[in-house]
Amino acid sequence: MKTAVSRTYSANDYRTKESDLTARVRALESILLEKKLVSSDVIEKLISSYENDIGPMLGAKVVAKAWSDPAFKKRLLENATAACRELNIGGREGDNMVALENTPTLHNVIVCTLCSCYPWAVLGLPPNWYKSPQYRSKIVIEPRKTLREDFGVNIGPEKKIQVWDSSAEIRYLVIPERPEGTEEMSEAQLASLVTRESMIGVGVVNPKKSKTKAGRRK
Amino acid sequence: MNGIHDLGGMHGFGRVRIEEDEPVFHAEWEKIIFALGMARIGWVHNQDEWRHAIENIDPVQYLAAQYYERWLISAEDNLLKKGMITKEEYDARIRRFSRNRKTPLPRTHDPERLRQIVQLIRYGSSTRREQRREAKFRVGDHVVARNMNPLGHTRLPRYVRGKQGIIAKVYGVFVLPDTNAHGKGENAEYVYNVCFDANELWGTAAEEKETVHIDLWESYLQSPYVAGRYADSQPRQDLS
Repeated sequence: MKTAVSRTYSANDYRTKESDLTARVRALESILLEKKLVSSDVIEKLISSYENDIGPMLGAKVVAKAWSDPAFKKRLLENATAACRELNIGGREGDNMVALENTPTLHNVIVCTLCSCYPWAVLGLPPNWYKSPQYRSKIVIEPRKTLREDFGVNIGPEKKIQVWDSSAEIRYLVIPERPEGTEEMSEAQLASLVTRESMIGVGVVNPKKSKTKAGRRK
Repeated sequence: MNGIHDLGGMHGFGRVRIEEDEPVFHAEWEKIIFALGMARIGWVHNQDEWRHAIENIDPVQYLAAQYYERWLISAEDNLLKKGMITKEEYDARIRRFSRNRKTPLPRTHDPERLRQIVQLIRYGSSTRREQRREAKFRVGDHVVARNMNPLGHTRLPRYVRGKQGIIAKVYGVFVLPDTNAHGKGENAEYVYNVCFDANELWGTAAEEKETVHIDLWESYLQSPYVAGRYADSQPRQDLS
């Protein structure tokens, strides 16, 4: 529906210049380094960990194992934090995790309407759209429409949709449905199919299209 | 606070914009402020103070700002407020870096802090507290989210206030953000997962077959009998 309001300005008019942001961040960094409130090695460790080591490839590993090993899936659904720890996965923004299983009659999708809470320990840092006002406002009130129109995912009328708003310190991971025709695949092959979007609940796993980039972000 | 950050159910923001093959960080300054924010959380400011500073950003600026710009504003706000940096030294330093972007930075090491950070990344720092106490509600109980409108920090979004739901899970005892954000102690309470039917939240605008599950602290909830709005359509087996 179009609104009658004509927009004479845009958010871009209020945007801070990149050069100003750079100057402020560098200024802050230099003062904190000088005062020994932070150190260079800590800064480097944090950046490299979340750029290279912690990302959706970890969640994909968890999902692939859950698809292949029913006993693991049971443990995962009972206590996701402990089950992930078996695979040496866990940590910051993942110290209290819950796994949500998508089924032929149920579709789960996660959001944080108040800020940007996200299961870093299994999915890494969230993409910009997840933290945007667009997603945070819409997905709770019109999930089916948002998934269809904005993400191209059709959730059939036979499925109930559960939206999980991460308002406290519990972090959710969606276990997408295992696609048909993947019965012979190894865990590693299965993991290569699992996208970040499918573990948020805004995507489904496609058996044919193997993704390489989304799973191992560099 | 009833701030701009509380976005659930709002209209008019338009289509979700998805970036293909989005990088983890989009610029060098994003990496640095991410690391500074993470390094300071727990030592200078707790997570709730951090979030509250972001909620306090002017609403126009909040919407216009890039995500990590909000982190920068929160870091500035917390560090100035706690006297870790002064406005004068910060302004002077910004001027220096504006004039010469290549001003060299010292390279420092802190093995003890590095060890702590590795520990934080690997094991987190749960706000769950092992406290033995009786939970007020049980799975299946009907509850009403309180209609409260505090000026301070809260994790009770507007769209569920006054609405009736059912306890789906009892998660354990967690630090209460409402007091922890303001230096008034942890006051840990039970957190529950509460299931709301979309019809209860959105009325005739609700989509078919939708529920919203949301995690709420015990003091955000009350029994529907106390709230005076027990819905006749709900099963009454928990009436006694």
